[in-house]
Amino acid sequence: MSAFPHRHLLGIEGLEPAAIQVVLDTADGLKEILDRPIKKVPTLRGKTVINLFYEASTRTRSSFEIAERVLSADSLSIATATSSAQKGETLLDTAKNLEAMNPDLMVIRHASSGAPHFLARHCRFAVVNAGDGAHEHPTQALLDALTLRQRKGRLKGLRVAIVGDILHSRVARSNLWLLSKMGAQAVLCGPPTLIPPGIEALAPVTHRIEEAIEGADAVMMLRLQLERMAGGFFPTIREYHARFGLTGERMKRAKKDVLILHPGPVNRGVEIASEVADGPYSVILDQVTNGVAVRMAILYLLLGGSGEASA
Amino acid sequence: MSRLLLKGGRVVDPARKVDAVLDVLLADDTVEAVGKRISPRGAQVLDMKGLVVCPGFIDLHAHLREPGREDKETIATGTRAGAAGGFAAVCAMPNTDPVNDHAGITRLILEKAKAEGAVRVYPIGAVTRGSRGEELAEYGDLREAGCVAVSDDGRPVASARVMRRALEYAKAFDLTVIDHCEEPSLADQAAMNEGPVSTFLGLRGAPAAGEAIMVERDVLLAELTGGKVHIAHTSAAASVDAVRRGKARGVRVTAEATPHHLLLIDQLVKDSEYDTATKMNPPLRAEHDRQALLQGLRDGTIDCIATDHAPHAVDDKKVEYDHAAFGIVGLETAVALCLDRLVGKGLLDLPHLVSLLSTNPARILALPGGTLAPGGPADVTVLDLSRKRQVEPARFESKGRNTPFAGWTLAGWPVMTIVGGRVAWKDART
Repeated sequence: MSAFPHRHLLGIEGLEPAAIQVVLDTADGLKEILDRPIKKVPTLRGKTVINLFYEASTRTRSSFEIAERVLSADSLSIATATSSAQKGETLLDTAKNLEAMNPDLMVIRHASSGAPHFLARHCRFAVVNAGDGAHEHPTQALLDALTLRQRKGRLKGLRVAIVGDILHSRVARSNLWLLSKMGAQAVLCGPPTLIPPGIEALAPVTHRIEEAIEGADAVMMLRLQLERMAGGFFPTIREYHARFGLTGERMKRAKKDVLILHPGPVNRGVEIASEVADGPYSVILDQVTNGVAVRMAILYLLLGGSGEASA
Repeated sequence: MSRLLLKGGRVVDPARKVDAVLDVLLADDTVEAVGKRISPRGAQVLDMKGLVVCPGFIDLHAHLREPGREDKETIATGTRAGAAGGFAAVCAMPNTDPVNDHAGITRLILEKAKAEGAVRVYPIGAVTRGSRGEELAEYGDLREAGCVAVSDDGRPVASARVMRRALEYAKAFDLTVIDHCEEPSLADQAAMNEGPVSTFLGLRGAPAAGEAIMVERDVLLAELTGGKVHIAHTSAAASVDAVRRGKARGVRVTAEATPHHLLLIDQLVKDSEYDTATKMNPPLRAEHDRQALLQGLRDGTIDCIATDHAPHAVDDKKVEYDHAAFGIVGLETAVALCLDRLVGKGLLDLPHLVSLLSTNPARILALPGGTLAPGGPADVTVLDLSRKRQVEPARFESKGRNTPFAGWTLAGWPVMTIVGGRVAWKDART
């Protein structure tokens, strides 16, 4: 049996703790390549990867592209603005046309939850979910875990506060699954209007940020989509920041060596004060670097790169 | 005169409290006699030994799509699906294109049904013009042209004021208002039931309360106006409760439930990995809602079972879950599902099921039939309780193949449907 017994990466929910461990270990091993003067290995030579992005993305897309290049895969990226989706082509038709070009793997980001599952069901290539609706963003959770593990040496037993718009956040869901599978203790915090029903099955919920931060080893801040105010989820940005924002003052309740994570892009002065985002405990840029390593690991594991990972 | 003698079947006619092995003699389009050892005297004899003979089943809720969406279904294919599913009559919801908000459209539907229909078609007119929820449609004309009820199904009557006027005005023509209960502001862009399952799938959910709020409103408005309201596809526990309390107060409210809401729950959306055959409106709810529906069936709060047959083209479903059309086909699976999963599992007895599929639908809209009483229409559904087979969408008469029940093996199937004394469908495999 393979160390990573999955054909696709559709979400964290379906992964065993051992499989998560394998991804993180592989990423740790591959990370070294990024520090080499010549950042390229032949591992995925001859493999074709398509990045199909139906939603805007800077970080995730460039991270996948770099990972693909470092591993010598042939890759191309398609963004909706330049694709046939603008001409009314269905997702399935687009995917089937691309499938006819025989790619080995497709990375997909889509606003509809379940779109990666839909492709996995109808197409031959391997599918990596780069974020689907409010469902999951598995590579983000893996890179967050890699960052935590590097800094803290472990995941088990860590107290991690996840703060903000949990309702619309695929990052929160993937992280929740990952943290609970790996034995960390997550605490969720946000206004009740942004906490979805049933989420408490995976982690306790509080509406007081001070309580969430108390004794935390790490705080994950979620991006607040500013249009949620128009949706009536909270009255004003001012009150949101005042009640649920991460400020220097509130940080004092966390452990001294607390880590601040944010999947980006950051709304400075909304969910997080600039002093915190730029402060010494912020690992926001480490997350970005680790993102490349984690995506290299996923591509390597799914495309069955034979031989040494770092060969 | 053409005469048909159904010989030696178990006749189940709840309206007359009959459940015995009897013969049924049909003369032309009416039931002539029900009794022991009726002499054929020139009638064609059909051996019903080992089979169940029921008054023709009536579906109060089907989408036949014609006029306008003949790519999804036509009156011809939809009624053939009805016949093959054991329904001798189907009520056609008015959300066609154009909407059946006008006597001319009602007449068109009835002419088509007469020319091409395999079973009886009872058109339902719109509550409001274009089903836009604003001005009332012309109920007098609609009734005269042949409409048996009014509904804006597919959409709720969002305005309480319009619903009040509809219930009041419909009284003049003895029309029941059938409402698709869903508070629109709570169901915005929802793809499934709101709850833990929608949370972890990341799909927008519609809370069960959004349905129940409007059921409560409709019960209160029926009470206020003395009008008759029928709750379409009841799916939420709180809706069942609202109907039950309304009935206890003597409000003229009736309710239907679909086989899929009686048998499936929202967890299936997850277990099927976003299979769009699980997407319908109202959505599959939680297990406690399903249990409340079953309880409602048992205690009489839910009056009947209707299919909400909603055929779609493959392309309407083979898309992202968010973008998929709502609805599943039901005419060719409803009876077998009920026989296997409700009667077979001991949740209902057979006469009760027959009342839910025939007696009560006829009573709710004062339709002909619903009983095999002599003098009534010669509409008969014949069941074979021992017949076992798989649900095979490829063999559906309907154009729609969108069902979450594909591949289910069910015991108990309709094997013959007689409409007006004519065999409209007979299972070729019998």
